[in-house]
Amino acid sequence: MNIQSKPRAMTRRQLLKNSAAAGSAFVVGTGYLAGADAAWATETSTLQPRTMATLVQMARDIYPHDKVSDEYYVVAVKGYDTPEAAEEVEVGIAILDGAAQGKGFASYLDVGWERDRVDILRQVEQSPFFQKVRGGLVTGLYNQKAVWPIFGYEGESFSQGGYLDRGFDDITWL
Amino acid sequence: MAAPFELSDASVVVVIGTGAGGGVLANELAQKGVSVVALEAGGRYLPEDYVNDEWEAFGRLSWLDPRTTSGDWRVAKDFSGLPAWIVKAVGGTTTHWAGASLRFQPHEWKAAQTYGNVQGANLLDWPIDAEEMDPWYDLAEKKLNVTRTNGNAGLPGNNNYKVFEAGAKALGYEQVHTGRMAINSADGDRQMCQQTGFCFQGCKWGAKWSAAYTDIPQGEATGNLEVRERAHVLRIEHGDDGLVNGVVYADADGNEHKQMARVVCVAGNSFESPRLLLNSATSMYPDGLANSSGQVGRNYMRHLTGSVYAVFDKPVKMWRGTTMAGIIQDESRHDPSRGFVGGYELETLSLGLPFMAAFLDPGAWGREFTSALDQYENMAGMWIVGEDMPQETNRVTLNHDVKDQYGMPVANVHYSDHPNDRAMRDHAFQQGAAVYDAVGATRTFPTPPYPSTHNLGTNRMSENARDGVVNKWGQTHDIKNLFISDGSQFTTGAAENPTLTIVALAIRQADHLAREMSAQSL
Repeated sequence: MNIQSKPRAMTRRQLLKNSAAAGSAFVVGTGYLAGADAAWATETSTLQPRTMATLVQMARDIYPHDKVSDEYYVVAVKGYDTPEAAEEVEVGIAILDGAAQGKGFASYLDVGWERDRVDILRQVEQSPFFQKVRGGLVTGLYNQKAVWPIFGYEGESFSQGGYLDRGFDDITWL
Repeated sequence: MAAPFELSDASVVVVIGTGAGGGVLANELAQKGVSVVALEAGGRYLPEDYVNDEWEAFGRLSWLDPRTTSGDWRVAKDFSGLPAWIVKAVGGTTTHWAGASLRFQPHEWKAAQTYGNVQGANLLDWPIDAEEMDPWYDLAEKKLNVTRTNGNAGLPGNNNYKVFEAGAKALGYEQVHTGRMAINSADGDRQMCQQTGFCFQGCKWGAKWSAAYTDIPQGEATGNLEVRERAHVLRIEHGDDGLVNGVVYADADGNEHKQMARVVCVAGNSFESPRLLLNSATSMYPDGLANSSGQVGRNYMRHLTGSVYAVFDKPVKMWRGTTMAGIIQDESRHDPSRGFVGGYELETLSLGLPFMAAFLDPGAWGREFTSALDQYENMAGMWIVGEDMPQETNRVTLNHDVKDQYGMPVANVHYSDHPNDRAMRDHAFQQGAAVYDAVGATRTFPTPPYPSTHNLGTNRMSENARDGVVNKWGQTHDIKNLFISDGSQFTTGAAENPTLTIVALAIRQADHLAREMSAQSL
C-alpha cells in the first residue's frame, strides 16, 4: 500500500470521492478530521480504501452522533483492517453497495440522505456482517475514553476522591 | 494465616463458592472452631485491584465461562451466552452487588398461601417464616452494617436520588428514602462512602460490604479456614453408603484433585449449584445428586427487573455517587387490585456511558437510540426489583452439546415470563415513568432486564421432599451431609434484593451445622 505522507485538508465528501478514484492511496480520515498529527490516523493496510470509507459511513449511520467527529468512528472500526477480517468486510460492503444499487444509487457512499442509507441498512440488518459491525461498535465507539467527555460522562473518580466533595448532590433545578 | 488442610482430611467441611452464601458460611463455621476448606473458582481481588471502568472490571471479575440460554426472555436473544452478570472471584458477587439490604416482608415467606392458586406458577410456602428469621436478619444487618439499622444513618442522596425522590413525592409515594444499604454512612470497621460511583465494579474504598475483604480474611485469621482460589469444582462424589465424601476440583493448572469432606456445602450461585449436582450423577443417583424430587435446576427465578431511564432538559449526572442508594417501597405490597400478585421495589440505578450503550435497548441502532445517548448527562435512572413466579419449566439443565474448559457440560438457562411477571413489569414501567414525568421528564425509556444478578430457586427449600431439594436448614432431603448454601435455596423470590436473606440463611445454617456436628449427627 502507498502511504499518503502529506494529508490535505478536504471535506469528507471530497475525500470519499478521491479515495474512490485514487485506488490504493488512502489515509483514513487524516487531514479533514483532526490534523496531520492525529494519533489515530492510519492508512488502510488490508482493506480497499473505499471499503474503509464505506465502513466508516456505515458506522456513523448505525450510531449517528452529530457531535462526535469521524475520527472516533474510524478508531471504532479500525480493527477490521486486518488480513483475518478483511475478506468478510469486503464482501459485506459489496453487498451493501449492491443494496444501494438496487435502490438506484451508484453505491452506498453516493446515497445523500441518512434516511435512504438507513433504509438500505434495514435490508441487511439481520445479516451476520451487519450484526457484527453493530455489536462491535457498542464497545468500539462508546468505550473510547476520548468519546466520554463529548457526552458529559466523567469516567473514573476514585483518583479524585470520588464526588463526596465534588458535586454528587449538586443538582439545583429541581 | 491460611490453615492448610490435607486433601485426605475427611474431617473438614468443604464449602463450594465464597460469595454471600459460601463466604459467610465459611467464616461463621471457622469462628465456631469448625475446620473449613473453601473452594473458589475465581481469583482473589481486593480494593486496590478494582478499577473504575465498566468493561475492564467486567472482563476481569465476571463469570464468563460458557453458558447457553433459551426461552422467550430477551436476554436469550441479546446476550445469548451471558444469562448472568455475576462474579468469579473470592467473595463472589458480593464484589459486584450494589448493597441493597432488605428483609422479606412477612407474607412473602408464604407466597402460596397468600397469593392462592396462580395458574402456571409452581408456588410453594417456605418452611420457615418471618418470626423464625428475625434474629438471623438482626445478625445479618449487624454483620453488613446496614444503614437505617442499628442506629446507622442513611446515606446522603445523590443527584439521581434527588430527581427520584422529588418525582416519587409528587406522585404521592410515602416510603421513599436512600435505602437500607450495606455501605457505611460513617467511618467504622469500614470506611465511609465517598460517593465515587462504580459500586458494581468493586468498591475501591471498601465502604461497601463484600465477603472478599471482611468475612474471608476474618475466617482465615482463625486458622480454621483455608480458601483455595482458582479451584473449580467439577463434581461431588459419594460412597456406597450414599453420603457424599468429597469433591473433585481442577486447580489453576487444570490438574484434578479430590478433597475429602465430612460435609459438603454448595454455594456456587443458582446456575453452577444445580449444574454441579446434575454433573455429579452416578449409577446410584442417575438424575444427579439430591434430585429424587426432580426439582434440581427447576423454578429458576431472576426477579422481574427492568429499568426506567428518563431524560430531562437539564443535567442530572446520575453516575455521581452511590449507584443504588434510593428506594420507593410503596409498590412492594401484595395488592391484587393492580392486576398481579406480589409486589416490586423501585431503586435508583445508574450505568456509565459504556454500559448504557450496551443495555439501554440492546440491539437497537439509529437516531431513536443515539438521540437518547446524546442526552446521557441529563438522564436519571431506576431499577425494578419485583417478585417473579417460580415455574417448573424455567430451569437450568445440562447442555451436553457445549462443554466448558474442563470438558463438563455447561448450564443451559431457560426462562420465559409468566403472565404475572409481564403484568407487574408493565405496571412498574408505567409507575417509573410517572415518577420522572412528575418532575418534567421530556422522554422516558422502559428498559428490558439486563443479564441476571439475582439468580434464585434452582434447589428450592421445601417442607416435603417431593416438592423441593432442601429442607429448612438447606440440607438436601436425599443426602444428609450435603447442603445448599446460596440463593438457589429460595422457595420464592419476594420483592427484595436477595443478599441480606442469603447472608441470614448462611449464618443460621452455620449455627445448625456446628450444632449437628458436635452432636455427631453429621
